[in-house]
Amino acid sequence: MEKLNFAFDGSIAPGASMPVLVGVVGSGNLEVLAEPQANGGHCMVEVSTSAHGFGAIWEAVLRDFHERHGFADVAISINDMGATPAVVSLRLDQAAARLGSPGARQ
Amino acid sequence: MKYSFAESTARERVEHLVDAGSFSEILGPVERLVSPHLAQLDTPCSFDDGIVIGRASLQGRRVLVAAQEGGFIGGGVGEVHGAKLVGLLRLGLADRPAAVLVLADSGGVRLHEANAGLIAVSEVMRALLDLRDAGIPVLMLIGGATGCFGGMGLVARCADHVVMSDVARLSMSGPEVIESAQGVEEFDSRDRALVWRTTGGRHRFLSGDCDALVEDDIAAFREAASAALAARRPLTLETLEREHALLAARLDRFGDCADALDIWARLGIADAARVVDLDVAALRDIARID
Repeated sequence: MEKLNFAFDGSIAPGASMPVLVGVVGSGNLEVLAEPQANGGHCMVEVSTSAHGFGAIWEAVLRDFHERHGFADVAISINDMGATPAVVSLRLDQAAARLGSPGARQ
Repeated sequence: MKYSFAESTARERVEHLVDAGSFSEILGPVERLVSPHLAQLDTPCSFDDGIVIGRASLQGRRVLVAAQEGGFIGGGVGEVHGAKLVGLLRLGLADRPAAVLVLADSGGVRLHEANAGLIAVSEVMRALLDLRDAGIPVLMLIGGATGCFGGMGLVARCADHVVMSDVARLSMSGPEVIESAQGVEEFDSRDRALVWRTTGGRHRFLSGDCDALVEDDIAAFREAASAALAARRPLTLETLEREHALLAARLDRFGDCADALDIWARLGIADAARVVDLDVAALRDIARID
């Protein structure tokens, strides 16, 4: 397992106040737990993944996600079982929609 | 809108099964009560350890609900997963709900946590029987893609009432286990038709191991669970002896059958092979083993 941590500066507070969980830790899949929490305007992301050596790709996928939604004061925790970048983006966008992101495609 | 039970996650099943907005989770993912064993094995954990538990209402009646996530390590019962299920069943003794609903989707014990998982399953069975003894029915709802095997298969048959969909499976040893232990001549685990007519909902219904057969639709499970809220099977020596007599009679009547098709034919079903193609409503009308 590899643990990765990322932090982005955001400006958009989530519309929801309750945590949301999407996805399942199954083969080629992942779960995303997104929790609104005051943390000085950041979007904090913690990743636990079964696939080693993909830190640069995680950073690119998460940066794209952050450019779409720009969350502030959110902590995102991910348990990953080898999901592809497309699946990761899908789950992140599902979590963003449930968090009430103005940038989410409905 | 129709929601497939088999294709939904454990959380989605609970959401659409109980009264809208009534579910209140206990030890949810935010608590991060994860498996201590998986981390030692360098394997990803899940924030809910593959099981969702909580309080809800069904047709306005208070119920407790547990739903296993078959997508996480085959719904395997690990130490925490099992403890959450045991805790929920024990909570039933204090809460005294109308029923406890268990949405099983599990291959049995999580082998990564073998001994802890085995102990957990035995604790689940004891807690389930304590609940039944207290007069609180336990309903098993089986419709996940993983099925209900191993220890959870035993748990299911300890319950008051079993609801299955026609795509669901219920058994003790899974197909691969039987093939590994007894050889491919005994059971070919890759023969999907064989697997389903041996362990699937249709056969379990006809053979009396499942009380209600429904379509793969969460609304159909909701309807069956609502109808079964009072489906209490008294837990007494007399009922236990009756169950043993029933099993002995079944073995006596069907013990020489090599295939479910033989059993269906002996049940008097004309053209037994058509059972696999009948729709669920038509199948319910067939005389079954009682």
